[in-house]
Amino acid sequence: MSGLSLREKLSILADAAKYDASCASSGAAGRNSLKSKGIGSTEGSGICHSYAPDGRCISLLKILLTNFCIYDCAYCINRSSSNVRRARFSVDEVVRLTLDFYKRNYIEGLFLSSGVIRSPDETMAEMVEIARRLRIDHSFQGYIHLKTIPEASDELIEQAGLYADRLSINVELPTDEGVKRLAPQKKPETIRVSMANLRLKIEEKAEPTLQTKRKQRFAPGGQSTQMIVGADATTDAEILTTSSRLYSGYKLRRVYYSAFSPIPDSSSALPLIRPPLMREHRLYQADWLMRFYGFEKDEIVAAQPNGMLDLEIDPKLAWALANRHVFPVDVNRAPREMLLRIPGIGSKVVKRILDIRRYRRLRLEDVGRLCVSIAKVRPFIIADGWSPGGSTDALNLRQRLAPQPKQLSLF
Amino acid sequence: MVSYSVTLAGETDFAGWRDAARRLVLNDVQPQDIVWQTQASADLFGAGGVPLPELPDGKILNVPREFVDIAEGVICHRDPARFALLYRLLWRMRDEPHLLKIASDPDVAVLREMAKSVRRDIHKMRAFVRFVRIGEGEDERYVAWFEPEHYIVERNAPFFIRRFTGMRWTIFTPHASADWDGEKLSIGPGATRSDVPREDTSNELWRTYFSSIFNPARLKVKAMQAEMPKKYWRNLPEASLIPDLIKGADAAARKMLETMPTMPAPHHAKIQERVWKKASEEEVPEVASNLAELRAQADGCRRCPLWRDATQTVFGEGPENAKIVFVGEQPGDQEDLAGRPFVGPAGRVFDEVIEQAGIDREKLYVTNAVKHFKFVPRGKRRLHQKPNAGEVSACRWWIDNELKMIRPELVVAMGATAAQSLLGKAVPITRMRGQTVTREDGLKVFLTIHPSFILRIREKEEARAERGRFLKDMQAVAKLAA
Repeated sequence: MSGLSLREKLSILADAAKYDASCASSGAAGRNSLKSKGIGSTEGSGICHSYAPDGRCISLLKILLTNFCIYDCAYCINRSSSNVRRARFSVDEVVRLTLDFYKRNYIEGLFLSSGVIRSPDETMAEMVEIARRLRIDHSFQGYIHLKTIPEASDELIEQAGLYADRLSINVELPTDEGVKRLAPQKKPETIRVSMANLRLKIEEKAEPTLQTKRKQRFAPGGQSTQMIVGADATTDAEILTTSSRLYSGYKLRRVYYSAFSPIPDSSSALPLIRPPLMREHRLYQADWLMRFYGFEKDEIVAAQPNGMLDLEIDPKLAWALANRHVFPVDVNRAPREMLLRIPGIGSKVVKRILDIRRYRRLRLEDVGRLCVSIAKVRPFIIADGWSPGGSTDALNLRQRLAPQPKQLSLF
Repeated sequence: MVSYSVTLAGETDFAGWRDAARRLVLNDVQPQDIVWQTQASADLFGAGGVPLPELPDGKILNVPREFVDIAEGVICHRDPARFALLYRLLWRMRDEPHLLKIASDPDVAVLREMAKSVRRDIHKMRAFVRFVRIGEGEDERYVAWFEPEHYIVERNAPFFIRRFTGMRWTIFTPHASADWDGEKLSIGPGATRSDVPREDTSNELWRTYFSSIFNPARLKVKAMQAEMPKKYWRNLPEASLIPDLIKGADAAARKMLETMPTMPAPHHAKIQERVWKKASEEEVPEVASNLAELRAQADGCRRCPLWRDATQTVFGEGPENAKIVFVGEQPGDQEDLAGRPFVGPAGRVFDEVIEQAGIDREKLYVTNAVKHFKFVPRGKRRLHQKPNAGEVSACRWWIDNELKMIRPELVVAMGATAAQSLLGKAVPITRMRGQTVTREDGLKVFLTIHPSFILRIREKEEARAERGRFLKDMQAVAKLAA
C-alpha cells in the first residue's frame, strides 16, 4: 500500500466514493477570507465546478480517507469481501489535495467519507483531524462535508459539527429489512438514533448560549442522507414514506436517491441491472413536490398502481391527470396552493403570477411568456379569454402530453 | 428624427448611463429620440447628436431599488440594445410604477431574460475559471484565462477577492482583466489566450479525479452538456478527457455487469472472525432478570408496527426500587429523538408540578403505556397520533414486566391511554381523576390527566386552573406515598 503514488491513491479513493450521490455545497453560512487573508468562501448557493459525462455535478473533492472497511454491505464497492484495490490517504495528503485543488478553483471544498477500519472512533477522529487542520491551521473557509460514522462517539460528532458545514449519515436502503439483508452488520436502529442526535444537537446549538448570547457553530448546512434505489424490491411508495419520515423526524436538508449501479467485483446477492435512472429522476421530482409544492406522500402515490411512480410522465402531471375534477384552475383567482398544483408551472412562476395579479389580469399569452411550454399548461388553466373547454377531460390528454416514447439508451 | 446621442465610457459604464438617462427622462426625451453607444463604437462611427440637456431644477426621479439592481447587472450584457431597453423601461415606469412586477410584459420579459443570462454567465465564470500557478515562494501567483459571454469581469471580481484573498491572482478575458495583488484590485485591458500559461502541476491530479469520479454505468451526456456547454470546454483541463470517457463507458459498464462475482478477498474471513463473530456473541438474554435486560429486549420490540416509523423504543427511566411509577401515554417528538421519557414540553410541565408538590423526580420511575412514538408526517413536522387499543395492548407486555420488577406501592396513570393500559378497560378520566383504583392483583392505580392536556388548552385562565387541579392531584399522590 505504501508503494502507491498520490495519483494512484486518488484514483482508487475517488472511484470508491463515486456511488455517493451528494455533492451539494449549498446551505452553508456566508463566509469569506477577507479578514483571515487565507482562502475560501461560501455564499449560500453552491457552485458546480465541473460535470462528469454521467451528468452529475462535481462541486467537491469527494473521496474516501480509506476504502479498507470492516463492513460487508453487498451493494458497496468497498465491502470487506470485495477484491478492489485498497488504499489509504494520510491526513496530510487529504489536506494538501484539498488546498491545491481549491486554489485552482477546481472545487468548492471537501466531501470526506471513509471505510471503517479498526474502530469507528479511530476512523472518525482522523476525519475530524483533517477538517480541523483545514479550518484552523490553514484558515480554510471553503465547504466541508463529513460523512459521520453512526457509532462514533459524541465528542467526535461535536467536533465534526464545529468544523464541517454539513454532516450526513446514510440510511443506505429505504427499509430496515433491506439493510438487514444487504448490509447485515449495519444497524438501522443505530442510524436512526444518530440522525436524531444530530438533529437535537443542531437545534441545541442554534439557540444563542446564555453566556455569550451568540450561536455556536454547528453544521450550518444541516444534515442529509442517501438511500439506494433498485437494489431490492422496495416500491416508490415505501421509499417516499421513508423520505417523509426522515424529513419530518430529523429535519434533513436533503434525501438523496441513488439508482443502484453495478459495481466492479459485484456481489451475487444483487441484481445485475442497469441503474434505474428514470426511476431515480421521478423520485427526486416526487421529493420536490413534497418539500416545495405542498403535496403529501399519499397523494403522489395514491393513483399509482403497485406503488410505483409513472416513468413516462412526471408525478405532478400524473397527479393532475388522476384528479381532473380540480381543474381547470383559474390563474386570475386561484389561491397559491392551487396554482402550485398546475402541471408545467413551477414555484417561481406561481410567485410571478401572484405579483402580476395585483395589478392586472392574465391572458393565456401572458402565462405563455412566464413558463417554458404553454402546451402542457393550457388544458389545466382558465385565463382571460381562455377556457380549455372539454380538453381537461379529454381521454387522450395523457397521450397528448406524454413525451413521445423513445428507446432509452442508458448504455 | 434622432436628437440625442449618448456615448458611454465603456461597455459597463453604469454611472454614465444613469447620469444620461436621468437628464433625458427628466427632460421628457422620448426613447426613440436617443441613440446609445459606447466610446469604442463612437470612435468608429463618430459621436454626433446634440449635447445632453441639463437636469431641470427641483425635479427628481424615483425608481424602485429593484430596477437599479437589475440594471447594474443588465448593463454587463453583450447585446448593444441593452442601453435603449433600460431607458425604455425607465421611461415607461413614470406611468407604470409597478411595471417590473409584470413579468409577462414583453419589455420586462426581455429584461429578466437578459438579467438571467448575465447572472448565469457570472455563475459559470465562478465555476469554470481555472487558475494556473506560476512562480514559487515569494513570486507565487495564479493566473487564469476565461471567455465570458458578457462583460462581467469587473462585476465578478469581488467574488474572487472574497474567495482568494490570500492569493495573488489575475484573470484575463478578451474584454478586460482583473488583478488582485493581495491588497487591491486593478482592472486592466483584455488579453489573448496565448498570453496566459495553461499547464499546471495539479492538472494531472485533477484529470485523474475527473475520470475516477465518473460512473460509466450512468452515462447522461445531455445532462452534462446542459450545465457545462461545449463553449467552455477548451479552457477546462478536464474536458479533453470527455470524448474518451463517453466512448469507453459502454464497455466499462458492460464489463462490470458481465464479470462474475469473485471469491471473497483474502482479508475478509479474518475481519469476519475478529470483528463480527465477537459482536454477534453479545446477544440479549431471552428472559430478562432485571430492568436493564428488559430495556435491552424492548430495544428491538416488534410487537406492533409502530417501531417502523419511530426512531427508537423509549423505555421507562428511574430506580428499580421506586415507590411510585408514573405512566404516560407515549413518547412525543422530543422523547423519540432523545430516547428518554418526559423530556419534551409535557415533561417540563410534569417536572415543575411534581416539584411544587414536593415529589422528588430522582426517586420516581417514569414510563409510557406505549413505548414508540405514533405520528403522521406533515411536511417538516410530526403530528402526534393517539395509539389505538391494539397498540396499547401489544405494549402492555412491557409495562406489566416493568411493574413486576419494580413492585411499586402506587402507580399513577396519567391520561386515558395509561389508565386503559393499567386497568384493561376504558376509563372516564375527567370524572374519575383524583381517585385510586385497586386492581385485582392488589396494585393501587391513581388516576389523573396527562400533563399535555394542560398544554392543549388555549384559554389562559382555564389552563392555569387545570394546572392547579393537576397540582392538587400530585399533592394527593405525595400524601398517598408518604
